[in-house]
Amino acid sequence: MSLQYITPELFEKLVGLAALELTEEERAYLFEEMNHQLSSVESLRQIEIPEGTIPSLHGLNPEGIPPRADDWKAFAKPEQIVALAPESEDGMIAVPDVKGAK
Amino acid sequence: MSLTSLSAFEVARKVKAGELKAVEVAEAALAQIQAVDGLSGSLDGGAVSADEEKKVHAFIQLTEKMALEQAEKVDQAIARGEDAGILAGVPVSIKDIFCVEGTTTTAASRILSNFEPPYTATAVQRLIDQGALILGKVNLDEFTFGSSNESSAYQPASNNPWNTEHVPGGSSGGSAASVAAEEVALSLGTDTGGSIRQPAAFCGVVGLKPTYGRVSRLGLIAFSSSLDCPGPISRDVRDSALMLQAMAGVDPKDSTSSTRPVDDYLAALGQDVKGLRIGLSPDYDAVYYPDFETGEVRKEAIQKEVHDTLYRSAELLAKAGAEIVENVPMPNTAYGIPAYFVISRVEAASNLHRFDGVKYGYRTEPAVSNLSELYRLTRAEGFGPQVKLRILMGMYLSAAGHDADYYTHAQKVRALIRQNFVRAFDPDGGHRLDALLTPTTATTSFKRKAVFGDSLLMQYSDQMTVSSNHAGVPALTIPAGLDEAGLPIGIQLIGSDFREDQILRIGYAFEQVSRDEAWREARPQVLAGEVKA
Repeated sequence: MSLQYITPELFEKLVGLAALELTEEERAYLFEEMNHQLSSVESLRQIEIPEGTIPSLHGLNPEGIPPRADDWKAFAKPEQIVALAPESEDGMIAVPDVKGAK
Repeated sequence: MSLTSLSAFEVARKVKAGELKAVEVAEAALAQIQAVDGLSGSLDGGAVSADEEKKVHAFIQLTEKMALEQAEKVDQAIARGEDAGILAGVPVSIKDIFCVEGTTTTAASRILSNFEPPYTATAVQRLIDQGALILGKVNLDEFTFGSSNESSAYQPASNNPWNTEHVPGGSSGGSAASVAAEEVALSLGTDTGGSIRQPAAFCGVVGLKPTYGRVSRLGLIAFSSSLDCPGPISRDVRDSALMLQAMAGVDPKDSTSSTRPVDDYLAALGQDVKGLRIGLSPDYDAVYYPDFETGEVRKEAIQKEVHDTLYRSAELLAKAGAEIVENVPMPNTAYGIPAYFVISRVEAASNLHRFDGVKYGYRTEPAVSNLSELYRLTRAEGFGPQVKLRILMGMYLSAAGHDADYYTHAQKVRALIRQNFVRAFDPDGGHRLDALLTPTTATTSFKRKAVFGDSLLMQYSDQMTVSSNHAGVPALTIPAGLDEAGLPIGIQLIGSDFREDQILRIGYAFEQVSRDEAWREARPQVLAGEVKA
C-alpha cells in the first residue's frame, strides 16, 4: 500500500481545474503515480537550506539579451497562423460559446 | 567504409572537395533508412510483426523531398565555387519537438498530430544554413516526457539498434537510434533532465547538453523552460563539436540565449589533456530513491560494469596526461530528481495549458455545447497519460499555498546543487577541476516494457544527468565500453559554464587513447545483421 499524499477529493478537484476528463483506468493509474512521485518530492524536506539561499531560476546566471522593447512586430504570414485554427471566420480564430449551446 | 558510416566531418570535407555529391549522400541515407528503419511511427500504430520488432523505427516522418532539394542546393553552390557551409551535405534527423516549416511537428502527441508550424526553429535553420540535409523528424517520448521513447503516441516507438528488444532511451530516443543505426550522421535532440545523454549512452553514441542558453530555444516546443537545452547527437566527439559550432550563439528571438561569443570547438580538439584536472565523485556511485510504501530513501549501487568502465576510463585519461582527482564531494546529487519532479512539472503544466483545441492542433470531433467542454474533451483525447500526469502534478505543486513548500524550495535546492559544481570548478578552490567524470546512466539500456508505466523508476534513470540541468552547466556523454550483454556503456564529462570546448577536448582525447580497444570493433545488431537470442 502506497503512502497517500493527496486525497481522492483533491485529485478530482485538480482534474477539473486542469480541464481534463479521465477514464476509470487513467484515474486509478494517475492517482497512484502522483502519490509515488510525491514520495520523492517529500524527500526534499530532508535537505537543510542555509539561511539566505536565493532560489535559482536558471541554474547559472543568465547572460542573455535583455527582453526587447514592448513594441509589436507583425508576423509576415498571419494568414498561416489563422489557417492553423480548427475554426475561423473572416480571418479570425473562432471559438464555441463560453456558456450556451452551440 | 560505407557512405553512411562516414562521420559528418568527413562527409562535409568530401562534398566540399568535390569527391562526393550531396545528392549521393542523401540517397545513401534514404536507402539506409529503407533498409533498417521499418514502419514509421503513426497514431494508433498497433502490434507489429516479428520482422518489424527487429527494426529501428526512429522516424515519424521522412522529408525526402526536402533533403534532396537541400542536397541539390549544396551541389550547385559547390559547382559555383561558393562556401557550402561546415555541414555541407551532412544528413541530419530532427527530434520532432522542433518546429520545421514544411513538416508536421507533432511532439509525438495526438494533440499536435496536424500541426504544421509556419516557421522553423533557430537551431534547425542554422543547420540548414550550414548545408545540412534534413532527412526527417524522429520519434520521442510524448512532449519529451519519458526516458524510454515508449510514451510516444506514435507507435511503434523506436528500438535500440544494439538490441531491438531494448529501449533506445529517451526522450531523444529516435535521435540516438537514427545516429547509431547510421541512418543519419547527426541528430538534433533536447535535454531537460538527461534526454540527450541517456539515450546517447544507451545507443553507444555521443551526446552533448550545452550550457543553458548556448543554443536558442526558439521553435522548440517547451517542456521545462528553465531547463530545456537543444544539443547534438553524433557518432564521435568531433561531429558534436562541428554541430554545436553551427548552432551556438545568441538569437534575438530568445532572450535566454547567451550573448557570450562562441568558442572554436574544433580547434579545442587539437589540444592534449596533459595537466587537466578531472574529478571522480563517490556521490555518483549509487542511485537514491524513495520507497513509496514507507517513504524511506533507498540506495542502490550502479551496475558493476558501468562502475568498472568509469574507473578504467579514468585510468586511460590519466595515461593521456590528465590528473585524476578522487573523492570530489557532490552531496546534493541525490536531490536532483526530487527537485526535478517539482521544477519540471510546474513549468510543464504551465506550458501545456496552451494546447486547447482552439488555436492549432487537434480538436475533439463531436459537437460540443460550450468552450469548457471543448477544452476537456480535446485535452482528454489529445494527451497521453504521461502528459496528464505532469499537468496534474504541476498544478498540485504550484497551487496557492504550496509555492513556498515546493517550487521555491526546489529552486533553492537547485541553487545548492549548483554550488556543488561552482565549488568543484573554482580555480582557487580545493579541487580546481576542469571536468567531472561520472557514469551517464546507472545501468545500460533496459528491455521494452520493463520500466514503462512506473513513472518514479523511469525518472530515476536520469539521476546521473539531471544535476547538470539544474546547474546549467554543459555535459557530454561518450561511449566507453559494452556490458556482458553487448549493450553500450556511456561515461559523462561535466564542465563549467560555457566550457563545452574543455569537455569536447577531453572526450576527443579519450577517443584517441581508447581507439584500439576491442569493444570499439562491435557494431549495433541492426548493422551487423546479427539476431540475438
